[in-house]
Amino acid sequence: MPKALQYFGQFIAYALFALVVGYFATQPAYTHMDPDKALIKMSFSHAGEHLQECRRLTQEELNLLPPNMRRPMDCLRKRVALLIELELDGAILYRDELPPSGLAGDGASTAYRKFPVPAGSHHLVARLRDSRREDGFDYEQAAVVTLAPQQNFVIDFRPELGGFLFL
Amino acid sequence: MACPASSVCPWIRPGVRVQVIGIRSVAKAAFEGADNVFNRAFTPAWNPLCHLGTLGWFFYWIVIVSGIYLYIFFDTGINQAYESLEYLTNVQWYAGGVMRSLHRYASDALIIVMMLHLLREFVMDRYRGSRWFTWFTGVPLLWLVFACGISGYWMVWDVLAQYIAIASTEWLDSLGIFGQSIARNFLNNDTLSGRFFTLMVFIHIAVPLFMLLVMWIHIQRQRNARVNPPVGLAVGTLGMLLALSLARPALSQAPANLDKVPSVIDFDWFYLVAYPLLDTIPGQTLWAIAGGGSLLLLLLPWLPPGQRRATASVDLDNCNGCGRCVEDCPFSAVSLQPRTDDAAFSHEAVVSDNLCTGCGICVGACPTATPFRRTSELIPGIDLPDLGIQELREKTLSAIANLSGNARVVVFGCSHGAGLEQLQGADVAVLKLPCVAMLPPSFIDFMITRGHVNGVFLTGCADGDCHYRLGIEWTGQRLAGERDPYLRKRVPRERIAESWAGITRNKRLQQELRTFQDRLRALPPFKRTPHRSTGVRAGEAAEHHA
Ligand code: HEM
Ligand code: SF4
Ligand code: SF4
Repeated sequence: MPKALQYFGQFIAYALFALVVGYFATQPAYTHMDPDKALIKMSFSHAGEHLQECRRLTQEELNLLPPNMRRPMDCLRKRVALLIELELDGAILYRDELPPSGLAGDGASTAYRKFPVPAGSHHLVARLRDSRREDGFDYEQAAVVTLAPQQNFVIDFRPELGGFLFL
Repeated sequence: MACPASSVCPWIRPGVRVQVIGIRSVAKAAFEGADNVFNRAFTPAWNPLCHLGTLGWFFYWIVIVSGIYLYIFFDTGINQAYESLEYLTNVQWYAGGVMRSLHRYASDALIIVMMLHLLREFVMDRYRGSRWFTWFTGVPLLWLVFACGISGYWMVWDVLAQYIAIASTEWLDSLGIFGQSIARNFLNNDTLSGRFFTLMVFIHIAVPLFMLLVMWIHIQRQRNARVNPPVGLAVGTLGMLLALSLARPALSQAPANLDKVPSVIDFDWFYLVAYPLLDTIPGQTLWAIAGGGSLLLLLLPWLPPGQRRATASVDLDNCNGCGRCVEDCPFSAVSLQPRTDDAAFSHEAVVSDNLCTGCGICVGACPTATPFRRTSELIPGIDLPDLGIQELREKTLSAIANLSGNARVVVFGCSHGAGLEQLQGADVAVLKLPCVAMLPPSFIDFMITRGHVNGVFLTGCADGDCHYRLGIEWTGQRLAGERDPYLRKRVPRERIAESWAGITRNKRLQQELRTFQDRLRALPPFKRTPHRSTGVRAGEAAEHHA
């Protein structure tokens, strides 16, 4: 092969390689979420009530324990599962039981969920049960929210701030 | 689960074995076909497909150098990072902008050559038996390269970085091993804190350094490992990256804003190809795929059909400790160690069975492996148990015994190159070796100067792509008198021909052999040198070839 033709061949090879690198470094674009939608992102971490109420030990019971183990309250470590419910425009969007974490079931329950919804105005209700009650909820927050396209709408839960936070 | 040499694995059905081998040969032929095309433009010495590993190193260094430059100007605060890169791209486009583009495009090119390199080593079957180590240490490099690239895109803190940060931390959270959700760090602008960003900057510097260590370990078992591409290829590649950087500078996308969800994102598919899966399958499934795939890759060297050649063995009575086998073994499988017998030499050769691939290149290097030796038994210092040098001499002599004509040729080929059988003829004898470099140059001398044949024809793997790495190179250097043991000057070079045909160029191989024979016919008859005493023992042998 003549030298000139060889260099031309090399040029073609380099050009093709550059084309592949240059193109796939940014293209084709990826549509992660429909641009007309908004995202409701629910994320929180919260510990439910203990499964059983703590009990105050009697003096006799305390005496039976080694001195360094004498705590006045006896608590079962396991916690209840949280019940979470989201309602959007009158329909249930999500309802789930969130088990406590940890091997002994004594840790907080965590939730991390994303719901793409059409942008626009919505009636949103969030409910949570974190106690031993059989029915009903301990917390509820309702609002009419107007979501812009691609808005990231966060539902957090902070009992110290009164419960659900719509951010 | 390696099979004994050249036998069929008993634990898999023969049909399955044939199928696996069938797919592999097709893939091998495809690679060789591509090689042939590239060889024309680049010549075998510069063929990028034969330099995928070295190109990987080269791209790595480009990334490091450009990365250091970027870091000088990079502001590691989460709110300042974007601005500092905008400055580089827009104000300092001629230096910082080019460096940024080089950094990005060399990283992408690294992915391409790494994946091709992995595929090639697999297809060319260079990862099993004693060669497992290099393959095995390559697998973590996959994870490290991806970790470098992904953390790098994170540092730009644009919408792509935002998407990557959220998708990656959600994926990590799906493992369920972190006490707190990491993705909560990126809930919205109010909760965003710089601490995770700082960790990312640290990772993006620490992982590449760690990767260098693993890259170094990766080539430890390769003797004379090539880590630099040939200059011509390096210049061309760098030139290409520079041109690309100027034509299409790397840019940031819109700045990250956690209150807005990235929807349509320009994507680097080299690093992020698996990310869209996270939108459709659970994170844990992707962990299973990535983890299971890596595990499978790690175990591949031991999966059937296994194969392992018998390893070389040293005969102390014939080893003088000259160290040529050590110099030539492509896999660092021979070492010189203090003498264990009472011979007058200080060292002896010791083969590590774990490292030896049974290629026989050491035999070709051993000065005592000469067919001129007149001792009744021809036992060299180092030999292959399944094809000893004595057996080779006998086989060769019996193969040429019935050749006729004035262009009698003996072909020495290797078991990884072109089909040798069809070369056989009334004036052509064919001998198959594990690697052509197993042939001591004295054999060529013996065949020609003793008048056994009119010429010697060497063939094997495609040029630049020896199955045993260095066989073709060493053979060339031995014939050219540049490497011990060399072919003596008295051997007429016009009676020797080489053709590195690989498996795809059978026709050309036959053509070259015919041309060679025509050339031999045109030569004046060779005058045999008077028969001198050349019987040598170990100590004298080196001198014989000097
Ligand atoms: C950053 C990525 C990588 C770089 C820079 C790299 C570089 C290299 C280099 C320089 C060689 C030696 C070439 C020679 O002198 O013969 C080599 C050989 C090899 N590499 Fe890699 N490599 C990388 C990734 C991988 C991966 C991911 C695998 C497979 C899992 C792999 C498997 C192998 C094998 C099987 C060999 C040949 C071993 C032999 O000939 O016995 N490498 N690599
Ligand atoms: S046969 Fe010889 S050259 Fe080949 S790997 Fe074994 S010791 Fe090294
Ligand atoms: S005599 Fe042969 S086996 Fe011994 S060290 Fe030299 S090359 Fe190796």
